[in-house]
Amino acid sequence: MRARLAGFSLERPGTLDEALGMLAASKERLTLLAGGTDLYVYLNAGVARPGRWLDLWGLDELRGIHEVGDHVVLGALTTYTELRASELVRGALPLLAQAAATVGAVAIQNRGTLGGNIANGSPAGDSLPPLLAYDAEIGLRSARGRRFVPFDRFYTGYRASVAAPDELIEQIRIPLGAGSGSRACRFVKVGTRAAQAISKVVAAFVLGRGADGSIDHCRAAFGSVAPTPVRLRRLEQHVIGKRIDPALIRTSSDVLLSEIAPIDDIRSTARYRRFVARTAWQRFMEEIPGH
Amino acid sequence: MSEEGELTTIRCTIDGRPHEHRCHPLASALDFLRYVAGLTATKEGCKEGECGACAITLDGVVVNSCVVPAAHLQGRRVGTVEGLSRPDELSALQKAFLECGGAQCGICTPGMLVTGARLLEEGERLTEARIREHMAGNLCRCTGYGKIVESLLRASEEER
Amino acid sequence: MRLVGTSAPRAEGEAKLTGRARYVDDLPLTDFLWGLTVRSTIPYGRILSVDFDAGADWSGVTIVTAKDVPGKNVVVLLEQDQPILAADRVMHREEPIVLLAHRDRDRLWELASRVRIEYERWEPVLDIDASLALEQRLFKDDNVFKAIRIDKGDVEAAFARAARVFERTYETGLQEQAYIENQGMVATWDAAAGRLEVVGSMQCPYYVLKGLCPIMGLAPEQVVVEQAATGGAFGGKEDYPTILAAHASLLSYKSGKTVKMIYDRVEDLVATTKRHPCRTRIRTALDASGSILAMDVDATMDGGAYCTLSPVVLSRGTIHAGGPYNFENIRVESRVVATNTPPNGAFRGFGAPQTIFAMERHMDNLARELGRAPHELREEYLLRPGQTTAFSQNVGDDVYALDIQREAVARTRFEERRRECEEFNRSSRWERRGIGLATFLHGAGFTGNGEVVLDSRLKVEVTADGLVQIYSANTEMGQGKDTTFSQIAADSMGLPMARVRIITPNTARVPNSGPTVASRTAMVVGYLVQEACGAVRKALEAHAGRTWRDPDDFASLAAAHHRERGALEGWSRYEPPPGKVWDDKVYRGAAYGAYAWACYVAAVRVRLDTLEVTVESFDAFQEVGRVLNPVIAEGQIEGGVVQGIGYALCEEVKMKDGAMANANFTNYIIPTFADVPAVKVHFAERPYPFGPFGAKGIGELPMDGPGPALASALTHALGVEVNRIPATPEHLLELLGNE
Repeated sequence: MRARLAGFSLERPGTLDEALGMLAASKERLTLLAGGTDLYVYLNAGVARPGRWLDLWGLDELRGIHEVGDHVVLGALTTYTELRASELVRGALPLLAQAAATVGAVAIQNRGTLGGNIANGSPAGDSLPPLLAYDAEIGLRSARGRRFVPFDRFYTGYRASVAAPDELIEQIRIPLGAGSGSRACRFVKVGTRAAQAISKVVAAFVLGRGADGSIDHCRAAFGSVAPTPVRLRRLEQHVIGKRIDPALIRTSSDVLLSEIAPIDDIRSTARYRRFVARTAWQRFMEEIPGH
Repeated sequence: MSEEGELTTIRCTIDGRPHEHRCHPLASALDFLRYVAGLTATKEGCKEGECGACAITLDGVVVNSCVVPAAHLQGRRVGTVEGLSRPDELSALQKAFLECGGAQCGICTPGMLVTGARLLEEGERLTEARIREHMAGNLCRCTGYGKIVESLLRASEEER
Repeated sequence: MRLVGTSAPRAEGEAKLTGRARYVDDLPLTDFLWGLTVRSTIPYGRILSVDFDAGADWSGVTIVTAKDVPGKNVVVLLEQDQPILAADRVMHREEPIVLLAHRDRDRLWELASRVRIEYERWEPVLDIDASLALEQRLFKDDNVFKAIRIDKGDVEAAFARAARVFERTYETGLQEQAYIENQGMVATWDAAAGRLEVVGSMQCPYYVLKGLCPIMGLAPEQVVVEQAATGGAFGGKEDYPTILAAHASLLSYKSGKTVKMIYDRVEDLVATTKRHPCRTRIRTALDASGSILAMDVDATMDGGAYCTLSPVVLSRGTIHAGGPYNFENIRVESRVVATNTPPNGAFRGFGAPQTIFAMERHMDNLARELGRAPHELREEYLLRPGQTTAFSQNVGDDVYALDIQREAVARTRFEERRRECEEFNRSSRWERRGIGLATFLHGAGFTGNGEVVLDSRLKVEVTADGLVQIYSANTEMGQGKDTTFSQIAADSMGLPMARVRIITPNTARVPNSGPTVASRTAMVVGYLVQEACGAVRKALEAHAGRTWRDPDDFASLAAAHHRERGALEGWSRYEPPPGKVWDDKVYRGAAYGAYAWACYVAAVRVRLDTLEVTVESFDAFQEVGRVLNPVIAEGQIEGGVVQGIGYALCEEVKMKDGAMANANFTNYIIPTFADVPAVKVHFAERPYPFGPFGAKGIGELPMDGPGPALASALTHALGVEVNRIPATPEHLLELLGNE
């Protein structure tokens, strides 16, 4: 480990209230520890920020997958393994279950959490485009109370969010029907290899059509094409009210390319990311039955 | 290992035996096992949760011990490769590795066995595809994986 | 013979399967310091000052700089250009400058960040072109560590009468060995006894010994080097361990304590040697009917900042550049140049994968150009008995190129599957399929007179209780040498394997049977095992006046020998096979005692929406003399093929400002279980008279074929020539040129 642990300490609250109290009382920003699959990479590499860490892993209040009214509510500590195994998630939120299955491999899926993926805020986070495509809301909790933030307004920039220093992610709330059966949907991950891979491009699409075949609902969300995961609103608006045909596929692809700003980095090139983002959308549209 | 900072006492069982050691709560579980408890059977490969050489079970769940804080072992059951066999008899999986050539240099082997044993415990009839998916977080540079797949298939047949 | 040819279980298998095997980081130590290296942060320049931040707590810290080197500050290899610690200038990023040791490992990285090194920066030379353009003079007058030329026939005359010339350029990238066990070493200097002991992860204990003596100013008798269990090497632990051993030794020498240095993955990736990148241009003179008149091959490798083993890598690469073909006229010109990047070094295949990639891709491209099937064009030029290689070695009857290719083509249904792929590609919207092959040879053992120079020796001892002990410097690193040696010895003695012991390679106890490299261990050293066993057998039989009936009888005869005549030992020493002559000046003759012959067939599926490649099948056919242990031999081939698949498709070292930018396992992408198919291995056996029970070396062979076979399959699938590896999706997109 490259970090000098003398500069770090760990608080281990026994309850959520205790944790919120510690957050409220702390003058410095606490580092929130869940499954550790991201934070330990930073710690081992010697790039983690020294200071106090707050261990959320033992807080059972942050676990569980429930149907509450017309929402699916996912505790922030829900692991990828739990997402994959949940009948509710597989049935109502298939893109999220598929995304969970592509994160790392078994040992990482057993420890990595949905809340951690959101909080870490990597633009390549695999679960994030599905959350955008499903109109998820992030339930933030502090000693001051609870508030919900639409996920597409959660990030304010590269790895920066609206969460205040005394807030933690308590839950993720997703309206039921966001991925309902009549809608076409697809999760696409293009990673560095077939498993245990970071995304070069990750995308989630949901598309609904009315009785006349015209598109009445569209979500197109991408990761790794901008500093944060993004919904392509211009693309979504462009297709609303239209029917799928080769012309729409062409024009919408152009809109898509105008709306993303991928970069060259050590995992891929901007050019490749643009290519893959476009073909992912194109192929999704082409393969919608009966278009 | 760190001898400074706020140390804590970690109590857990490792392969069925109770252990109690002082260390920094944020030391990795891997460093705790190797350098504090002196149990070197679990190996370090990458220290970034990528290679699986350090895989252990925590209350029966496979994790990469290099990205788990020692604090999370508190009060838990830890399983390593040393708990897979009896003192004088290899497990069916270990025997299969020996017969099928599942180990070469041996450095990834403890993690492979721990991850593979967990899959066998699920009790389903294994297929090559299922094995390749389940084991994908364990890197091996010697075997090309084929002989590890064969080892798991053979152990799966033996156990049925 | 009861054991050779069977899949006897791995000799050290149980220790590895139970976690009991001790790798260097597992050795129990008391009262020791951890060591760490402070490295350069610039690729080229003068060191102006080295300061230790007064604000940091340096108590209990051992600090070593170039001034502390007791002997010569040089890594003695082929040249003496590399210091063990940079003193006044740095030649590459991550070059060692300062060594630190402390009891608490946790403090070392922070301390390292408090060492302030000021530099005068010079403009670095970061690639082959800049080196050849002499933008800076890094090595002698021309930046060339070594240049080689091979000539056969009259190339100029052939080009002069050519109807046309077909020319292409091929490129292969850096590749990281990516053994899963990082490099590590423990050194203990005993000042009172004047004795240095080093134990660690390595391929070649005697190389480490030889390298340590001049640096430490010690005589060979004062230094003992022992191999710990070694978690993979692939060439990466051939030359580099000398450097790490010297660093640990310097810290121990100064501190008087045992010092342990274990690299983490990032340090191992940024600092240690990699496969040489190579660019090869091939020009072919064709007559009007499309027959090949001559080949003109020009290869340039990037050696990095210091010479290390580069000349030898270049040598093997040059010799293999002509492939398994009989070209009447061929010229190979090659060179390895200096750049301000970390030195490249040994890696399974040792130069051959680079040039074989070029030649095999070129044959494929030629076939495409001439409208012929890839195997048909090759068949015309593959070596027949009595023909000569590019380096004018008459292969006599030891040639199997045509047979192995024919077998591969037939058994993989190569021709039908080519047609099936083409049919599929005409109708598929989002996928393309392709199939390709590569035919090649790989020489086993040291090149030319190298084995004679090594002068390997090996000892077999029979103990009083009837155990056969093998004393050899050759190391087990996963390849199965402990097992195959045990099988050879057991069969030579007519005993079960349980009666054979492998003595841990330790320079104080084992004779120098040469390095564990170059596909030489099973073939060359295995033969020495057989011969030493023969000697000891003869001695025991002579003393007893008869042979033994069973292991117990053997034990009683051995005991009698010990009582009546004393210790019972047999020695063997390398003798070159008769009639093998190599001329190093003109690079002609018997480059190797024996060759393994192979044809690899790969089929791929490419997604057009992502250009991701799935290897659908991989068939590896090879003639290897005699298979000593099928499970171990298959394991070697399968592992090498998968390493080759990584080389071909995904393993890319991304260099930025002279350093590896993707230095971790998250971003240096080696294949996982999910990335590769089950590799099918097919052996043909024609015993080689100078290998143990007929065996030839195969360790490096499987690294040669996957690159060209896969690139040819991709070319077949996509209809564009894939002449560079790794053929990542990003690279394929560049080739296809669509946005």
